[in-house]
Amino acid sequence: MTQSPTTEQVDVGDLSTDDLREMYKTMRLITVTGERAVVEVKAGRLKSAFYPVRGLEGSCAALGSAMRPEDQIVSTYRSLGDALAKRSSLRRIIAEIYGKADGTSKGKGGAMHLHDQEAGFITSTGVVGAGLPIAVGLALAASIRGEKRAVVATFGDGSTSIGAWHEAMNLAGLWKLPVVFVCQNNQWAEHTPIDEYAAVTDLESRARAYGMTTAKVDGFDPIRTARVLSEATARARAGEGPSFVEVVTYRLTGHSGSSDYSYMPKDQLAAATERDPAPAFRRWLLDAEIVDETALEEIDKQVAAEVDDAFEFAQNAPQPNASERYTDVFADERQVPKS
Amino acid sequence: MTATVEPELGTSSTKRMTMAVAMNSALDLAMDRDDSVLLLGEDIADPAGGVFKVTKGLSTKYGTGRVRATPISETAIIGAAVGAALAGMRPVAEIMFMDFVTVCLDQITNHAAKLRYMSGGHSSVPLTIRTTVGEQRFGAQHTQSLETWFMHTPGIKVVMPSNPIDAKGLLASCIADNDPCLYIENISLAYSQKDEVPVKEYFTPLGEAAVTRAGRDVTVITYGPAVHTAVAAAEVLAAEGVEVEVIDLRTLMPLDMDTVLASASRTGRALIVHDAHTFLGPGAEIAAQIANDLFGELKGPVRRVGTGFSPAPYAPSGLDFHPTSDTVAAAICELVDY
Ligand SMILES: Cc1ncc(C[n+]2csc(CCOP(=O)(O)OP(=O)(O)O)c2C)c(N)n1
Repeated sequence: MTQSPTTEQVDVGDLSTDDLREMYKTMRLITVTGERAVVEVKAGRLKSAFYPVRGLEGSCAALGSAMRPEDQIVSTYRSLGDALAKRSSLRRIIAEIYGKADGTSKGKGGAMHLHDQEAGFITSTGVVGAGLPIAVGLALAASIRGEKRAVVATFGDGSTSIGAWHEAMNLAGLWKLPVVFVCQNNQWAEHTPIDEYAAVTDLESRARAYGMTTAKVDGFDPIRTARVLSEATARARAGEGPSFVEVVTYRLTGHSGSSDYSYMPKDQLAAATERDPAPAFRRWLLDAEIVDETALEEIDKQVAAEVDDAFEFAQNAPQPNASERYTDVFADERQVPKS
Repeated sequence: MTATVEPELGTSSTKRMTMAVAMNSALDLAMDRDDSVLLLGEDIADPAGGVFKVTKGLSTKYGTGRVRATPISETAIIGAAVGAALAGMRPVAEIMFMDFVTVCLDQITNHAAKLRYMSGGHSSVPLTIRTTVGEQRFGAQHTQSLETWFMHTPGIKVVMPSNPIDAKGLLASCIADNDPCLYIENISLAYSQKDEVPVKEYFTPLGEAAVTRAGRDVTVITYGPAVHTAVAAAEVLAAEGVEVEVIDLRTLMPLDMDTVLASASRTGRALIVHDAHTFLGPGAEIAAQIANDLFGELKGPVRRVGTGFSPAPYAPSGLDFHPTSDTVAAAICELVDY
């Protein structure tokens, strides 16, 4: 693994101090929300499968800075970071995870199916690899209509083993669509490490075979990640075709919120934890004298308050009405069979 | 969205067409009226015009941007169509044979069918999937009638026309509908029968069965190619004084049980006929509903004639697979004599 960013190494490019502050806030929001969700699950107050995004905070924040409001994203069950990066409402996301009527999908989607059309967070899928072809279709629509937007598909390293991944990569390469494939390589597929499931672990090289621009970047270096992702989204918006970006990170927790991580090599996990994105970025912002301690504490406080507020909102939100069960099956609910 | 426009038959504005030509006409008119209609599928562009020629001429007229020949990638075809539909387009995706929907079942059942629900109604997937069934001579991997799988999946509509007029009107309605629709074409029907079909655009409403033949003794509930099998049986029996009412469901989801129940209540006898397997086929649900709702009014048990529980045998001679007019006529006679 490469080193954490330092002031000498890093050229922040177009990122303003506000952008950097925003990135830090996004990272903190993801960490604190995720940790809180795990606490709630363990306490039995939140009855949901929850897939923490710990380790990916820098990558998600970088993606947030690379996407514009008109860009669209298709994510996975591990989507909290992507949703926050796309500026979806924290309150409504948490309400959805609690299955409440005020959730992003009125409580019908749940933690694995976050969804926020208005924010450009088009959908997320619980089926590994299934989001890529859908993102390709969104990009196809944008390209046919001449709309200048980037469509981002995020997915784990494990999804590169499934057919949908390859079919989508081929179609995007063939039709030169404005899509950015972001592989969030946390080096694990559930309990299986990448070198035990992949014949070729250099995922970027697989993508190259589909005729698109590719990059591999250290996901613990959010500045470089942001630059690479910004180039990729800009390329999409300019009609220059698809990109594949392999963001290499490490999963800092077990696969799902309450699962153990005894199978993860201790030294690997310890080394990765040293680089835990939000604290590392915080240290760097201080060392580089970009944001001072007082301002950072202010952000931390804001984040804590926003997260508390969102959980309180969600916990107090109403349950969905029983009559909602048969709405949204079809556009016209009278078409739903009675028995 | 699906306004009912009645076809004007027997006027100068009609033309004799096969189902294949009628479907081509529906696609053409939909593409002409609505820029958001987009076709995707293997070999669909000219000069091939689709392996069954249903899309012939359309890429020449509308360009390969909107009539997209795809790689052999069923998952990507349906996935991309779902994405385009989420973006507000009206894609029509072609899956060459219904057997191949097994390759993209995830995208159809987990994504197309569920996205409206899982988004709490914020998303819709106005997608039409066209696919074919019915040719025993291609063997077991090109013949399966899998409509029950999709009727059993909340969120997707299932449509199967039996004649050129409905083929055109139902396809137009599927394209205009805001939900995903699976539109099933029977290969042998597509070329065999010609009817007068309106030249201009019109819509046959989804979820409305048609009474193909009126009769007071027995109700035969059917759809797709089995409509013709049932009508042939009815004609033979008419000579013997048995009057058979034949109902063409046309749409399996939504299922028009009102028409079915009204007819079965009048005749007191119901037989369901289809090309899908009898065991757990669409007839199982229809029979259960008739038995449940009309228990006291029936003069005999609700019966079914479908396909036996084997893969499609290759040899059509000696290894009958789909119902024939003889087996249907025999079942009707048994019901009448019950
Ligand atoms: C098609 C499919 N097969 C299996 C699963 C069960 N499953 C859920 S997550 C997961 C691991 C996926 O790993 P990866 O793509 O690397 O994503 P990560 O969870 O690491 O973010 C598996 C096998 C699934 N959801 N979908």
